[in-house]
Amino acid sequence: MLLIAENLYKKFDGAMVLNDVRLEVDEGEIVAIIGPNGAGKTVLFSLITGIHNPTFGRIYFKGDDITGMNPHVISKKGIARTFQLTTLFDQLRVIDNLCIGYQQRTTGGLWSTIFHSGRWKRDMDKVTAKVLEVLKFIGLEKRSNDFVSTLSHGEQRKLSIGVALASEPRLILLDEPTGGLIHEDTDEITNLIKKINESGITVCLIEHKMRMVMGLAQRIVVLNHGSLIAEGTPKEIVSNQRVIEAYLGRKHHA
Amino acid sequence: MTKKKVTKTVKWLTWFRNKWFYLLVLAAALCVPFVVPNQYFFQLIMMSCLFAIATLSLNLIIGITGQVSLAHGAFFGIGAYGVAILTTTSNMSFWLALPLAAIISALAGLIIGIPALRTRGAYFAISTLCMGFIVELVASNWIDLTGGYNGIVGVPQPSSIPIPFVGQISFADQTSQYYMVLFFLLLTIFVMHRVTYSLKGLNFMAVRNNENLAEAVGINTFSTKLLSFVVGNFFAGLAGGIYASIIGSISPSATGIVNSFNWLAYLLLGGIATMAGPIIGAFVIPLLMEYLQALQEYTMIIFGILLIVVMIFFPTGFMGGITKLNEKLRYLYSSRKGGAHRAANSGKSL
Repeated sequence: MLLIAENLYKKFDGAMVLNDVRLEVDEGEIVAIIGPNGAGKTVLFSLITGIHNPTFGRIYFKGDDITGMNPHVISKKGIARTFQLTTLFDQLRVIDNLCIGYQQRTTGGLWSTIFHSGRWKRDMDKVTAKVLEVLKFIGLEKRSNDFVSTLSHGEQRKLSIGVALASEPRLILLDEPTGGLIHEDTDEITNLIKKINESGITVCLIEHKMRMVMGLAQRIVVLNHGSLIAEGTPKEIVSNQRVIEAYLGRKHHA
Repeated sequence: MTKKKVTKTVKWLTWFRNKWFYLLVLAAALCVPFVVPNQYFFQLIMMSCLFAIATLSLNLIIGITGQVSLAHGAFFGIGAYGVAILTTTSNMSFWLALPLAAIISALAGLIIGIPALRTRGAYFAISTLCMGFIVELVASNWIDLTGGYNGIVGVPQPSSIPIPFVGQISFADQTSQYYMVLFFLLLTIFVMHRVTYSLKGLNFMAVRNNENLAEAVGINTFSTKLLSFVVGNFFAGLAGGIYASIIGSISPSATGIVNSFNWLAYLLLGGIATMAGPIIGAFVIPLLMEYLQALQEYTMIIFGILLIVVMIFFPTGFMGGITKLNEKLRYLYSSRKGGAHRAANSGKSL
């Protein structure tokens, strides 16, 4: 198991937003987390990436306990994430964003920066290679020198995934990667996610578009009101009574 | 062989074509001692060089890293008192006292920064503002060490550097002192340039732009801010140390909040988050103030109005205004194709 989250509880000001959630992600798979608004999906991601600490429960990544670690430490361990609202360094250019994504894998300090030492040169070579690779992977080569604010929404989404990829993660957490996008862009992002998975990176995503999730994910986890209500293959999920109730409401028996 | 030579020449020519303006400015700076009309004006220019060092380092903290520090004057003061005390009481050589004072200033930055940088935005500005007052109060009341309100007088001039077989470089006259100050200004520009246009600089800008995202992509935001603060304060201390030695005395008022706000004004008017802006601000505004002296009490009013106008119409200061103008001219002369994206681009330079 690559990631194990056990008995996760999270309380915000007395409101229980996660209630005994267990999530397991195996190496190399695509797992989708679905659920109605306010089900606690994003909170689950925030707990895994260290933005919030769980009230109770533990999270293990590659066998190490990462509960309560700082976000930048968890990022170095190999978990990258994107945010629900496209979040980028919007004052900077496309390549700057990707460089920032990769910089945690470099070792140069202040001295090597000031004196352009051998280490600095090696870092620069590594960064250049990585940025070119990611630019090609996400298909934004032509926009490499443009400012983020001039990119379309779809391109910004791709870039935010690119920033996560530049950090060379083992596991990538995507929070609604296609939220608010038109059909064509959705398809492009779907293909990109497949490509990421084929390159050997484990993917865990939150998504609302059922049609997309059905074709993409190998396993689906359903959350509702902070509790895990179902887990299984897409086929099992669509026929699960509790999932249908959560999404469409309980049938009225007259 | 000849082909290699040609490519080398071409490389030099391109370098020269790209840098001719900076070389011209450097040449002008080297010629300053031969054209200054009097000693007073010369002193003003030297002070501007020191202020430029301070403003450049303030730019690293405020412009690049986005942490509004108002304690810069205090760290300038720590450097100045450091050199004054080390050279008078301990009879240390200036060339040993100067780096030591700058390191003390950087260490003070580390000690202050650890609690202060846990706050964000306006709260950080307030805590550094308090820090500025504390240093001024300590300087005026710790009479044994700092001489209280009278300060320290008789700080020796930079000692001469012996050079084998040639003689020695002495720093007794203004011209040699000017070249020394210019050397330190160039050193500061060099370091700031290297730091800003690098992965480290991108880290700083990432923290300025979006701290939460920076943390999520693996940047230790706290230590990044601390590094920027410490490096910035090192150069503030350096400028202070040179100031004490050239002026020959130091009093608590030099550590005060007035300096911090002056440099902030130079930074904002010159152009925040640019390389040239802080230098232009530090040279133009003090000289302008000097010429406006005839207007006496109206100087501050004119200055205030200028600051408001610049803040509203040129939020990125003089350099930002130049860039904007450049973009507009290029837009006028360029084909329509690039126009839309340039238009979308303008005003996003910060």
